[in-house]
Amino acid sequence: MGKILLEMRNITKTFPGVKALDNVNLQVEEGEIHALVGENGAGKSTLMNVLSGIYPHGTYEGEIVYDGEVCKFSKIKDSERKGIVIIHQELALVPEMTIGENMFLGNEQGHKFAINWNKTYAEADKYLKMVGLTESSKEQIKTIGTGKQQLVEIAKALAKKARLLILDEPTSSLNEEDSRALLDLMLSFKKQGMTMIIITHKLNEVSYVADKITVIRDGATIETIDNHGTEPVSEERIIKGMVGREITNRFPKRTHVVPGDVKMAVRHWTVRHPLYPERKVVDDVSVYVRAGEVIGIYGLMGAGRTELAMSIFGQSYGVGFSGELELDGKPIRMRKSVADAIKHKIAYVTEDRKGNGLILSKSITVNTTLANLGAVSSHTVIDGDKEFAAAEKYRGKLQIKTPSVEQLVGNLSGGNQQKVLLAKWMFAEPDILLLDEPTRGIDVGAKYEIYCIINDLAAAGKSIVMISSELPEVLNMSDRVYVMNEGKIIDEVKASEASQESIMAAIIRSGRGA
Amino acid sequence: MESKSILAVLKKNVMLIVLVLVFVLFVILTHGGFFSANTFTDLVQNNAYVFILGTGMLMCMLTGGNIDLSCGSTVCMFGALGAFFMSTNKGTLELPIHVLDLGVPLSILMMLAIGFAYGSLLGFLIAYVRIPPWIATLTFFLAFRGLGTALLNWANSDTKSIAYLPESFLQIFYKGVLFPTEGFNWPCLVIGLLAAGAVVFLLFFSRKKRIEKGYSVEPMYMTYLKAGLGAAGIILLMSQLAMDKGLPAPLLWVVGIILIYYFITSKTTIGRHFYVVGSNMEAARLSGVNTRRIMFLAYLNMAILTTLATMINMARFQTAMSNAGLNYEMDAIAACVVGGVSASGGAGTIIGMVIGATLIGVINLGMIAVKLDQHFQYIVKGFVLLAAVVFDILSKKKQK
Repeated sequence: MGKILLEMRNITKTFPGVKALDNVNLQVEEGEIHALVGENGAGKSTLMNVLSGIYPHGTYEGEIVYDGEVCKFSKIKDSERKGIVIIHQELALVPEMTIGENMFLGNEQGHKFAINWNKTYAEADKYLKMVGLTESSKEQIKTIGTGKQQLVEIAKALAKKARLLILDEPTSSLNEEDSRALLDLMLSFKKQGMTMIIITHKLNEVSYVADKITVIRDGATIETIDNHGTEPVSEERIIKGMVGREITNRFPKRTHVVPGDVKMAVRHWTVRHPLYPERKVVDDVSVYVRAGEVIGIYGLMGAGRTELAMSIFGQSYGVGFSGELELDGKPIRMRKSVADAIKHKIAYVTEDRKGNGLILSKSITVNTTLANLGAVSSHTVIDGDKEFAAAEKYRGKLQIKTPSVEQLVGNLSGGNQQKVLLAKWMFAEPDILLLDEPTRGIDVGAKYEIYCIINDLAAAGKSIVMISSELPEVLNMSDRVYVMNEGKIIDEVKASEASQESIMAAIIRSGRGA
Repeated sequence: MESKSILAVLKKNVMLIVLVLVFVLFVILTHGGFFSANTFTDLVQNNAYVFILGTGMLMCMLTGGNIDLSCGSTVCMFGALGAFFMSTNKGTLELPIHVLDLGVPLSILMMLAIGFAYGSLLGFLIAYVRIPPWIATLTFFLAFRGLGTALLNWANSDTKSIAYLPESFLQIFYKGVLFPTEGFNWPCLVIGLLAAGAVVFLLFFSRKKRIEKGYSVEPMYMTYLKAGLGAAGIILLMSQLAMDKGLPAPLLWVVGIILIYYFITSKTTIGRHFYVVGSNMEAARLSGVNTRRIMFLAYLNMAILTTLATMINMARFQTAMSNAGLNYEMDAIAACVVGGVSASGGAGTIIGMVIGATLIGVINLGMIAVKLDQHFQYIVKGFVLLAAVVFDILSKKKQK
């Protein structure tokens, strides 16, 4: 057993009315990758905030022992001076500034009143090389993709002389390729002796990189699993710890109904980028979906899936449209209007629930009825009783956990927010639901519930288009799968006949062909 | 638990408490002179513009913290136009005054038409050409002050103002009193008692309804407190007005506007859309809300309310002058901010704005009553605004 670098002993943190952490213990050995897993709201982020000094010493109980001494951090700078650096889930980069400026933001090189730009960029380039980026540090952040931005964040952490690096969901916005590259980078850092803590929902990543796995549930440490055995720890084993029960089947079985007639068909659909009209984001795409059918659209990030869905939804994305849209076998000329799409009974459930899906500062009631306010009002006057009843109905139907529908959506957990988003669109009574990453960033239990809702909708004869970058999800939930790459549909397979390998192979083949 | 909730109640209604304190402060400073029937009449007659422009500003701010800097200059420009339309004084042969003498109905109609046209233009520039609101309204802030002054200079090169507005116009918008009587105005007090009774009844009735339907309700003492304060405030105001002249025309306009906009903002789909556009424009758009139309309507509405405020202002001074409406936009913005309207949009109520506007009005009057210099008045108003915003931010921080 190696030297213990960090030990958090009996950490208890209470917020007014809630015990967020209850006697949590965490031991991290020097030079290991330690994974922290748990459902949303289990207390992972709170624990890391205690460690980094965001919650200063004195606001929690317990001890932090780092490198043999008891630490009492009162602000982030204190922990960073010791080499504890957190990379948060939301990237903290300024898009308009250069990579170099961003890397030394708040840590500027040179004298107090004169930044030494030569030193800044030379240092920045050095660290960029360490994370495998070949870009010049004088490029603007906004010109590089999300995957590379994540690497810049890591380079920024290295520049702070990190000894213990904490990565909070580093791959949540990356595609599989970039994710894999990031995990490999972590493994190479480990070889050089760096200690890391990774927080993630993706359990396959955990078993790939982690030496030890600590499971947190309801603010308490459940167990620490060693991942050094001959067999990697199975995902089912980790899930059991996370939810406290065995989930034998992560995907609910659908009583297979025979799909009905073709409900919606899109032919030769082409959409151009709003800023660079010469670029076709969606290129000559033809897809269809039947009533009572779930189709999956799988592709890597940037494949044009979201853009396809949004352009069908009242042309809410893109310019220079061409192609035909048919509903119930009749061609539809839809105006550039979301209201028009809703009238044609199409709903688009966004992948970005906090950004453009929900209104976090308003109540569940307001959010539920927003897309179909007419249904609870007469002559444009809202009927408060009807509205309340509608919100209550969907709270019960989707089992949204909240003390009251007057609760602000921003106070709900991710899974419950996703349910409110679904409730909003179910209340609009669509026939076709375009679900964009319906289970992103929510925990295993909530995912299962969302899957059940999707199955219920399909059983009720709705047409579901599910966009996802999680292959197991696509394969287990859909009837048919379209594979999308670089704006084109490159493959269409029956889900029962496809495998993860065959779909990935198709993407790689098309990439080579292009 | 009980003491905590009382603290929360105090926090929520802090501006109301500040209002009472400021009022009492002025009463003490003037040795009681401020507490007079005259003050109350002044408050509703001479500060009517704060309420009306504040309502329009509220609607603009709801859409995302957008403001209208132009409304003060618009009051000057439209006032000059209106006086040019309706004044009856053509001057003498040696010193002619250029006025049209169109009569009151036609003049009002033309002013409204011009207000509508200006609002449409402003709304179009902001919602469809997407000029940031503060820039679009800044241009008219400058241009209208200049245009109004130029018009007045041309129309009457001697006094550079237009006077002699028709008496009927003055009656409708300022001088008129509902049910005038000799001596104490009994009808005014009766209306006040009825209104107070209605407020109390509605508060308890809606509470009872909410309990019947199983909704959450505030604690009983809150309803008593609200009913008591509301009724006392109304009866105080109306009895004081009754001692002076009675119900003045501007108060009727203000109450009408407040009731209409209270209904719009709290009960209608369009009102809801104003709030959601300001909270999350993209989410609103992807829910089928026509976000551009809402922005357009906010500024169209503002221009029409500004036209109404212009008419009351003209009738108050009985003259169109080049310094009319100076800094009115600032009073309107201050009323909203002090009244708890979010500077980033999506939150704020008519009731809050009314409290804010009353506070601004009381400060305006009180400073005149204690004979504070003009420049001190600006300093005081500035710090009141700062205090309101700082308090707002601090109280929100505590909640987290």
